[in-house]
Amino acid sequence: MIKIENLSKEFNGKNGKVKALNNINLELNDGDIFGIIGMSGAGKSTLLRCITLLERPDSGSIYIGGSDILKLSPKELRSARGKMGVVFQNYNLLMQETVAKNVAFPMEIAGSPKHEIKERVASLLDLVQIGDKASFYPAQLSGGQRQRVAIARALATRPEALLCDEPTSALDVLTTKQVLTLLKEINEKLNTTIIIITHEMSAVKAICNKVAVIDDGCFVEMGDTKEVFSNPKSSVTKMLLGEDLRI
Amino acid sequence: MEAFFNVYGSLLLDSTLETLYMTFIATLFSYILGVPLGVILSVTKKGAIASSPSFNSVAGWIVNIVRSVPFIILMVFVIPFTRLVTGSSIGLNAAIVPLIIAATPFVARIVEQSLEEVDRGLIEAAKCMGASNIQIITKVMLKESRPSLIRGLSISTITILSYSAITGSIGAGGLGDMAIRYGYQQYIDSVMYATVILLVVIVVLIQWACNIWAFKADKRNRN
Repeated sequence: MIKIENLSKEFNGKNGKVKALNNINLELNDGDIFGIIGMSGAGKSTLLRCITLLERPDSGSIYIGGSDILKLSPKELRSARGKMGVVFQNYNLLMQETVAKNVAFPMEIAGSPKHEIKERVASLLDLVQIGDKASFYPAQLSGGQRQRVAIARALATRPEALLCDEPTSALDVLTTKQVLTLLKEINEKLNTTIIIITHEMSAVKAICNKVAVIDDGCFVEMGDTKEVFSNPKSSVTKMLLGEDLRI
Repeated sequence: MEAFFNVYGSLLLDSTLETLYMTFIATLFSYILGVPLGVILSVTKKGAIASSPSFNSVAGWIVNIVRSVPFIILMVFVIPFTRLVTGSSIGLNAAIVPLIIAATPFVARIVEQSLEEVDRGLIEAAKCMGASNIQIITKVMLKESRPSLIRGLSISTITILSYSAITGSIGAGGLGDMAIRYGYQQYIDSVMYATVILLVVIVVLIQWACNIWAFKADKRNRN
């Protein structure tokens, strides 16, 4: 279970303080696919960086699997990170290592035994349907295949949740569809909670059962995807749905 | 031509071997010291994984100071230390000491530059996966920058080679020594030319070998 309470973050900008995140609240049930959608500069990246603790929020709590990760010691935090896998827009794969080594990476740093790593890597690569690419290097793969490697890697430590940052924004339409289908399959097979941060309406519509619309550092709308999109209340949601797009 | 090689052939061969020996040992030790120093310079930068700007600027200053002393002066300056280490201030091993002292900060900067090329997103991804700083350094930064480190190695080795020729001025041996004693002090131009040609050949070979090695090592070149 993931729960975020009163998360806020300020930055020192040129003209004084800028509230990048303002009192973000969020509660996910196991097995949810939760979309967080917003325009550029709405606070999506900051939210992602706060949830992954690449950035320390100013206030609030982030509960993953029962404990507030903001209150953990650096060492406890490092082992707690295994509970959440992260998938990035530009894959962030080790370019000098094979696909198998990339997927093994989180387990290696956690000190898992070698035979266990080997087995798990093979089964993960099968899960993301690139079992035949284990000894390839990322440079030899297409964008969609690279993202599959990244997803396999994110699943390596059997996380409770998968956090995806614009997972399909660098991919073409067909590949996007395949990657989203894969995420949905993973969600159903492993009951992994998935958070997708994106600016792509189509991605949210395709697989998210819940959605939050972020604007100016706040959630302006949140609820079941169908409800929110069939009856949009805020102007941002309408804009994202393309209703105001008249040029 | 034959007469020339009869007189100077074995001397040129010995000098070449001495130069290669000095260059190799000095490169080896300056990497043993320079890689950790380069890593420290890189990871203590502001915003880096072990961010410590004040420490970084002190370390940076020390590196800059050593690097800004001309090698020929540094060489003389460290003679007491050289004597302490090798028991002598002339000869091959005595030349290696100032070579290492001069090359280490150079290597550190070259390594630092290679590490800077590593994608920040990748380091953050490793952090998200729970990697410790040591793991990020050994498994991400040094691994991912390998091709660049190898290209840096060719620059460092060639720089150390040219420094090693300067050590000839204090009687260290090697091609530089030979060029000074025969070419400069005795006006034997042919020896001077021969040493220069040999140095050029060595440089070309080092560059060529490192280029091939770097290309082979770079998995981004796999297709």
